[in-house]
Amino acid sequence: MKISVIITLKKDVLDPQGKVIHQTLDGMGFEDVNEVRQGKYFEIDTKETDNDKAKTKVEEMCKKLLANLVIENYKIIDLK
Amino acid sequence: MKSSVITFPGSNCDRDIDVALKKFGFKNKMVWHADAELPKSDLVVLPGGFSYGDYLRCGSMASKSKIMQSVINFANSGGMVMGICNGFQILVETGLVPGVLLRNKYLEFICKNVFVKINDKKNKYFKNVDNEVLEFHIAHNEGNYFCTNDQLKEIEDNNQIAINYCNENGKIEDQFNPNGSIKNIAGIFNKEKNVLGMMPHPERMIDTSLSGEDGSLFFKNLINNLK
Repeated sequence: MKISVIITLKKDVLDPQGKVIHQTLDGMGFEDVNEVRQGKYFEIDTKETDNDKAKTKVEEMCKKLLANLVIENYKIIDLK
Repeated sequence: MKSSVITFPGSNCDRDIDVALKKFGFKNKMVWHADAELPKSDLVVLPGGFSYGDYLRCGSMASKSKIMQSVINFANSGGMVMGICNGFQILVETGLVPGVLLRNKYLEFICKNVFVKINDKKNKYFKNVDNEVLEFHIAHNEGNYFCTNDQLKEIEDNNQIAINYCNENGKIEDQFNPNGSIKNIAGIFNKEKNVLGMMPHPERMIDTSLSGEDGSLFFKNLINNLK
């Protein structure tokens, strides 16, 4: 089973990289961009075949390693 | 006094801190990250560097390595644990000290001498240091200290801020903040003040032929406080 997870910075956390990307896009002529926030994307291939169990496991992975919950949120976006 | 320095894959200040600790009288042992047991120690140091290539988040992988469970147990039983630079990043990832270290505000790797003001001397790290301000060296890309408002309140209520970036006169202002850290925080303690995480490198200031001697003051004082 393959699980896709995205990790995003929480709203109040400064994202200097996102800011620079925004400025660059602006300079390229994409002037209607309001804000850019950079995040991370993971594809996890697991032996688990049960949807719920896989989801629980990946949530545990997110809490323990993949995300730092002080500054980041995680979201499972795909499971197949 | 016995100390242990943990070497992770990618640590590169482990030998510097080894030299510094020995110079001021510690019997130091180097400990490999994959070992399970800590040697008997009065002080454990997590050194600077780029453990695991800074993958995922700085310090995140190292915080899960085998030796860290022993280090966490040692800290929780009151043992002295100091994390410098990447060691600080590892400490925040273990949760031994609150907060996180984000990318520097202006996206630059900063390598220079800075002044820090000692905020609290009721602890074994800074007790009896005569100076209020010390000159240390910083070299990092992710030293921008951040925590939630609730955490900040708790840190301030418990007087957990160890050192703040300042000028040579001890003035703590935004213009002397190199990396965007909240409240110019350069180092913090855990609640009990036996665990210290800081971005500056005192081990780089132990010889006049390097760039200064304020690190010598720090280590001389530290070993006396531990005796």
